[in-house]
Amino acid sequence: MLSVRVQAGDFDVGDETKALRDVCPEAGAVGSFLGVVRSNAARPILALTLEHYPGMTEAEIGRIARDAVERFGLLGCSVVHRVGRLDPGEAIVLVLAAAAHRQAALDGVGFLIDWLKTSAPFWKKEHLADGTQAWVDAREADDAAAAKWGRL
Amino acid sequence: MHASVTLLYFAWLREKIGVGQEQYALPDGVRSVAGLVGALRQRGPAFAAAFESKGVIRAAVNQVFAKPDDAVAPGDEIAFFPPVTGG
Repeated sequence: MLSVRVQAGDFDVGDETKALRDVCPEAGAVGSFLGVVRSNAARPILALTLEHYPGMTEAEIGRIARDAVERFGLLGCSVVHRVGRLDPGEAIVLVLAAAAHRQAALDGVGFLIDWLKTSAPFWKKEHLADGTQAWVDAREADDAAAAKWGRL
Repeated sequence: MHASVTLLYFAWLREKIGVGQEQYALPDGVRSVAGLVGALRQRGPAFAAAFESKGVIRAAVNQVFAKPDDAVAPGDEIAFFPPVTGG
């Protein structure tokens, strides 16, 4: 069972976890990753705006999710990604992977978020405290994190 | 009469060009992503600036990542964007 959603509104981690568990009754483990809008003293931001490519985003995450299911023998996975303007501390993305045992669930989550960050068409713009805006640059470290899983 | 393609631009590419989506008549002889980029760069200063750093810009044809040599044809949806930064 795969679920991929892109939405402006917030989500509830408990509700999403229950929904996945309901359709994966044989799961002995559910791994999760929650991404949050980050602001810190070195680079304070007022907000992020997330833009995406409707259609391709869902297709690309779906492709990654099907690969994760096959590769790690997952029973199901769920991805929710928000778009639009988000304040520091707000949730951006939730990745859940259900499996019979913990290692597959944890590996599935790591694989999904690493590949999502390097191939799902989202772009972040930072609204900085000084009133300026700046598109976030892609990080080579993210490419390296995805590459360690091997090619899709 | 030229058959057209749908062009989409995202993030700073969209801001530099000034539109997010347009119909574009595919010029004669343009049959690849690289050929299309070459034609777009001739459309004026905004396009030239947007496509200046060719190595940076990613492309998708019909919502699948594409390489410079990949084919483009009338009716295709072709998107250009910077490296992705979601998650």
